[in-house]
Amino acid sequence: MSTQTTSGLAIETAGLVKTFGETRAVDGVDLAVPAGMVYGVLGPNGAGKTTTVKMLATLLRPDGGEAHVFGHDVVREADEVRGRVSLTGQYASVDEDLTGTENLVLLGRLLGHGKPAARQRAAQLLEAFGLTDAAGKQVKNYSGGMRRRIDIAASILNTPDLLFLDEPTTGLDPRSRNQVWDIVRAVVAQGTTVLLTTQYLDEADQLASRIAVIDRGKVIAEGTKGELKASVGAGSVHLRLREATQRPEAERVLRTTLDADVQLESDPVALTARVGSGAANGQGAAEKAARALAELARTGITVDNFSLGQPSLDEVFLALTGHDTHDAHDARDHAGKDDKDEVAA
Amino acid sequence: MSTATQTESKELAPVSAESLAALLVSGERPPRPSAWSASMTFGWRAILKIKHVPEQLFDVTAFPIMMVLMYTYLFGGALAGSPKEYIQFLLPGILVMSVVMITMYTGVSVNTDIEKGVFDRFRSLPIWRPSTMVGYLLGDALRYTIASVVMLTVGMIIGYRPDGGVAGVVTGVALLVVFSFAFSWVWTMFGLLLRSEKSVMGVSMMVLFPLTFLSNIFVDPKTMPGWLQAFVNNSPITHLSSAVRELMAGDWPADEIAWSLGWAGLSVLVFGPITMRLYNRK
Repeated sequence: MSTQTTSGLAIETAGLVKTFGETRAVDGVDLAVPAGMVYGVLGPNGAGKTTTVKMLATLLRPDGGEAHVFGHDVVREADEVRGRVSLTGQYASVDEDLTGTENLVLLGRLLGHGKPAARQRAAQLLEAFGLTDAAGKQVKNYSGGMRRRIDIAASILNTPDLLFLDEPTTGLDPRSRNQVWDIVRAVVAQGTTVLLTTQYLDEADQLASRIAVIDRGKVIAEGTKGELKASVGAGSVHLRLREATQRPEAERVLRTTLDADVQLESDPVALTARVGSGAANGQGAAEKAARALAELARTGITVDNFSLGQPSLDEVFLALTGHDTHDAHDARDHAGKDDKDEVAA
Repeated sequence: MSTATQTESKELAPVSAESLAALLVSGERPPRPSAWSASMTFGWRAILKIKHVPEQLFDVTAFPIMMVLMYTYLFGGALAGSPKEYIQFLLPGILVMSVVMITMYTGVSVNTDIEKGVFDRFRSLPIWRPSTMVGYLLGDALRYTIASVVMLTVGMIIGYRPDGGVAGVVTGVALLVVFSFAFSWVWTMFGLLLRSEKSVMGVSMMVLFPLTFLSNIFVDPKTMPGWLQAFVNNSPITHLSSAVRELMAGDWPADEIAWSLGWAGLSVLVFGPITMRLYNRK
């Protein structure tokens, strides 16, 4: 596939700005998205994620800065960009009045397929997405999970080089969410670059190779998941003992070997210890934890279950912004503005 | 509603990763569709919408029938001695009036549609930009044709006899549909410009009522005061209804046809680019 540019970047932006009246929805965003991976853009509601995606997909004109998609300027070479990207918005980007088949045939025709080819492709997509039974139903009668599927099916009709997924699982039940994740993995495995925006930290954790954290229109951190977590430091060791009576002894051992706080869980056999901040993402932590386990075994304490957990992206977000995602959301609510308003403006 | 709950509760078939992968690999990209092909595809979309919601044909069936019957029997006796004689004069004009009035629904459908997610997809496609709007107008051209057929049928039942025969009637309707297609660019503009469906309706009425009534549709302009004649005689609707009336009567009013097509061309040239500018900035 001809997705590689000389720089190997699918998206490159410099100082991207979009203002709506007084609000600077996007306030100098720099992104460098390598081709061929899922790149996560993580941030709370109203952080400027959707506005950024709309500029990259040529739907909004930037007020400042530059953006290139596979080396093409999104303003001057909009048509080139449009030929290579596809967009799945927060709400279903399909025609609710039409059936699943009609939507896909319509789009196939608009992408240049002849009638028979468009029909065949529509049938294949519906089959692959498990929607054959609903093919003749109007999309307005689809469930949330089905809408997402038809929407993504429409987006990959022509195998785009870059797929924008704007909060693809917002409002979905956990089961449908997992199914969307599987689809995203299958799409990226075939060489399509995916730019995924999400306000769910576990979603970015599950899918993205690199993550940019965005808050109030600015990128406040960027890197691999490991780098982001390491920048916050500390993972934690969770232990379950066989005998509750051994817990005080285990607590003492852990405290001395790990040189860290030990937390007693409500479960009488469980305890958790923070492992000191390792420079290289928990590598030091693993070593320390191994030493602690050996020490416990030597003291005669039986450990039934053991796990070494990385810090959650929730903790990452809190450490980076000084407020958690929920605060940011509230602040936006008070300002009387959300992502959708920005877009409508 | 029962269908919604039914699909909701039913277990969704799993996504097949292998067939998905095969589809993604096999996807070679065909060349972009031509402007014509993209516009026709959007026209097909408009027709599909009519298919799914046939009630929307109410305004091109019931409304025109009402117009014919109402004005024929209301004014017929007073203006032409009898409804039967009046319909001979009125029908081509009331046809023009009804169809031109129906054009305002284009603005309403653009306005309600444009906020939907699907427009983001259309606008991110590498296609001829105006094709989305042209598609609406092609779908509407079909509606104008339906309205014309309905009104001519009712007219003929109550006594209208076109001397121009089939050829005259078909040419007249064709001219009317072409004019309405061109004139509708005013409404695509307002549909994109105004914030709500209601304001689109309001503005449409403000434009359409004076434009269609201040014409030669109901009466000969000779009875009007001079200042009004000046307006009426130069109104595009007067030119159009004269052209349609004479075509259906079997004449070839070259001047009036030229005026009608000239106004149509002007409408596209002025409002087409404004519509596209608004569409690109939305």
